Amino acid sequence: MKKDIVIIGGGPAGLAAAVAAYDAGARDILIVERESEPGGVLKQCIHNGFGLTRFKENLTGPEYAHKFIDEVNKRGIEIATDTFVTDLTRDKKVTCMNTSGIFTLEAKSVILAMGCRERSKGALNIAGTRPAGLFSAGTAQKYVNIKGWLPGKRVVILGSGDIGLIMARRMTLEGAKVLCVCEIMPHSSGLKRNIVQCLDDFGIPLYLEHTIVEIEGRERVTGVTIAKVDAAKKPVPGTEKHFDCDTVLFSVGLIPENELTKRAGIALDRRTKGADVDTDRETEAEGIFACGNVLHVHDLVDFVSEEAETAGAAAARYVLQGRDEKSMIAAVPGDYVSYVLPQRINRNAGKPQKLYFRVNAALKNVTVNVECGDDVKKYRKIGVAPGEMESVTVKPETLANAGQVRISVEVNG
Amino acid sequence: MYDVAVIGGGVIGAFVARECTRAGLKTVILEAAADVASGASRANSGIVHAGFDAPTGSLKARFNVEGNALMEETCRELGVKFRRNGSLVLALKEDQLPALAALAERGKANGVEGLEILTAQQVREREPNVVETVAGALYAPTGGIVCPYGLTIAAVGNAMDNGAELYTDFKVVSAEGAAGARELVAQDGRRVSAKYCVNCAGAGSEAVAAMFGDHSFKIHARKGEYVLLDRIYFVNSTLFTVPTAAGKGVLVTHTVDGNILLGPTSVEEEQFDVSIRRNGFGEIISKAGEMCRNLPLGDTVTSFAGARAYCDRHDFVIEPSAAADDLFNVAGIESPGLTSAPAIGRYVAAYIAEKSGAVAKADFNPVRLPETFFKDMSTEEKNALIKKQPEFGRIICRCESVTLGEILHAVRANPPARTIDGVKLRTRAGMGRCQSGFCQPSVLDVLQKEYGLSFDRVTKNGGKSYIITGGEK
Repeated sequence: MKKDIVIIGGGPAGLAAAVAAYDAGARDILIVERESEPGGVLKQCIHNGFGLTRFKENLTGPEYAHKFIDEVNKRGIEIATDTFVTDLTRDKKVTCMNTSGIFTLEAKSVILAMGCRERSKGALNIAGTRPAGLFSAGTAQKYVNIKGWLPGKRVVILGSGDIGLIMARRMTLEGAKVLCVCEIMPHSSGLKRNIVQCLDDFGIPLYLEHTIVEIEGRERVTGVTIAKVDAAKKPVPGTEKHFDCDTVLFSVGLIPENELTKRAGIALDRRTKGADVDTDRETEAEGIFACGNVLHVHDLVDFVSEEAETAGAAAARYVLQGRDEKSMIAAVPGDYVSYVLPQRINRNAGKPQKLYFRVNAALKNVTVNVECGDDVKKYRKIGVAPGEMESVTVKPETLANAGQVRISVEVNG
Repeated sequence: MYDVAVIGGGVIGAFVARECTRAGLKTVILEAAADVASGASRANSGIVHAGFDAPTGSLKARFNVEGNALMEETCRELGVKFRRNGSLVLALKEDQLPALAALAERGKANGVEGLEILTAQQVREREPNVVETVAGALYAPTGGIVCPYGLTIAAVGNAMDNGAELYTDFKVVSAEGAAGARELVAQDGRRVSAKYCVNCAGAGSEAVAAMFGDHSFKIHARKGEYVLLDRIYFVNSTLFTVPTAAGKGVLVTHTVDGNILLGPTSVEEEQFDVSIRRNGFGEIISKAGEMCRNLPLGDTVTSFAGARAYCDRHDFVIEPSAAADDLFNVAGIESPGLTSAPAIGRYVAAYIAEKSGAVAKADFNPVRLPETFFKDMSTEEKNALIKKQPEFGRIICRCESVTLGEILHAVRANPPARTIDGVKLRTRAGMGRCQSGFCQPSVLDVLQKEYGLSFDRVTKNGGKSYIITGGEK
């Protein structure tokens, strides 16, 4: 079967990419979704706070998703649900499997929108036992919000990622006692507003520079020991605290789910763990685009939608007009910056370009430096934090003669 | 009344039961836990040893070499993945070279074929990730790798397909009555009577023997911790260091599924315990680091521990009990127990068959549907199956691409999976990168429906290991 555009994933990224591709003139579009309903992880994010940036509205996850599902439906864009992509090649053959069988789509363009997964507890090498009652925060969220089951009643949370913070509040509201949140870093990896609204408002302690050093319990978890860590992240003897609990949630990071990208042999950026892309969010494989959390982990879905629209419109242009003539310069991270996206900027795009970046430390009173060759722009900011994505906009004229764009952060003296 | 009650559903009990069934004996397996392969057979290195390690003339040496020779055919019949990847005992320093020569000599005496001493240069060529300073190695081409719980589950399943029965959650607490009509009583009061009993109870084998008045051996616990890394090609053969009194030491190997496995440590313990010590990882990583460079520790999937039951005789106990006429002890089966299992099974079954005058089961079918039956199919075959059974077109575990059809098969085929871990061990659902984050709720759904359980009765691995304990909202 031939298709102009195949979008892998019907979450917020895939939906927004489909709408944008349609609006840019593409018609033969298929969204392949592995679950029974589109919407991705938003389906289980029943809290509010979505859409504040994009719609100036305070929406729940399902409400936010439905705005896009409605747009997709209005345009008659096809979604193949309960369909799993088993293989992807560089020449854009997408092999799918569902209850009617295995089939291969030959696409002119592919948009990768597979999202991300949670880093597992297994990777942490925590001492002790491996009983029932250990969940990633997202799995607990699915149990509570989709199934209507409370995983346990006395909870310790490791990691202060946004899902962990949201689940601290959610489990509390459902009658569980959340004893504490431990974060190994000296700063939270979640949004400031979530620390305030999900922990502070409920009196849940956040122990920074702490981790779980031992898990106890044979059948079901019965307790954990936490300890403070030193600068090398090693537990400090004598700082142990013990909690009796029946549940441990892990919110220790999100990892873009790029198994298909790897199968297709598409280059990944080791910093973002997503594809290396240009202004259009086109990967180094021609006609294959990526957007959303499969490309880099976002803090707000609003930015996922925006990024997906860029990719969707570019994919439509590629299908209808062929490949743009591109002239690339690199966007590179400097001091305190962990990555910049896109990694390659197309000078020929001819419009102001927004560059997203994340910092690797929580800093107050800083200046963001954007160096484009001789042109250096400075932006003062009250503070930056790893949990929040930052962005700057560069004008096309400053790109013309620069060899690269470098973004760095300095603390004002 | 059964002819044979096999007490313990580990890899030894599994093969004793399979071979007893083949010999025409009416067999029952009594497993204390919720599933077979719940003790040492679940958490070990998965190595099919060549057989150069055990003292010549020992039971370990004999059954190791015999078991190794049987393994390929056994795994083919049972549909279990097996790879003869060869093993290397590394001499990390010049002064360990004489130990390699001694191992090679012992191997020859034990009947191990193809042993070869490699120079440092040959080792480095064969294994680019071995440390530069390696002094040489003993190469054993007959060494291999197998999935230990896969082998156990398949052997039990094959025994059951041929008529054996399995009682799980059957922890034998007493043996009543006299030899020939013994009644084995479970903790929950269930009773099973059998003419003959085989003690394959692993950690519990000393206690089981005592129920028959047999105090002829003592069992001790030795814990081994492991770290499992992702599927990244790293070594060609299994790498050992020169063995010490504490065992074969930390090894670096692939599993049959392609993951890198590091471990085990060796910790003497008062009781059987599979918790991981705080310094366990450091020890594994430092020892593996003495053997290999470039270890991709950033790709750690999980860590776990197993407990070996070893006997104070420092050899296997494979003998009829002197204290009870109807008891056969198969105890202290530490390494190389996995390798030896098929041979031990044959030996024990032959003894009992002769004693009881059993006639071999003429229609015994040694072949079992491979655990990878669906993955091994061509696209055309898969499409034909999906057409008949659409559940094979529905992926439940995205990391390991496990379909609903495969999960239902694991729940329905012998021995049926009854827990989240049971499904995991049979299908790999939940074993991948996300470690069950995505698929656990779906697997829980399947178990709930298939067994008619309430959502809060589904367990991780039996007992009170409930997944959901906070109730319904």
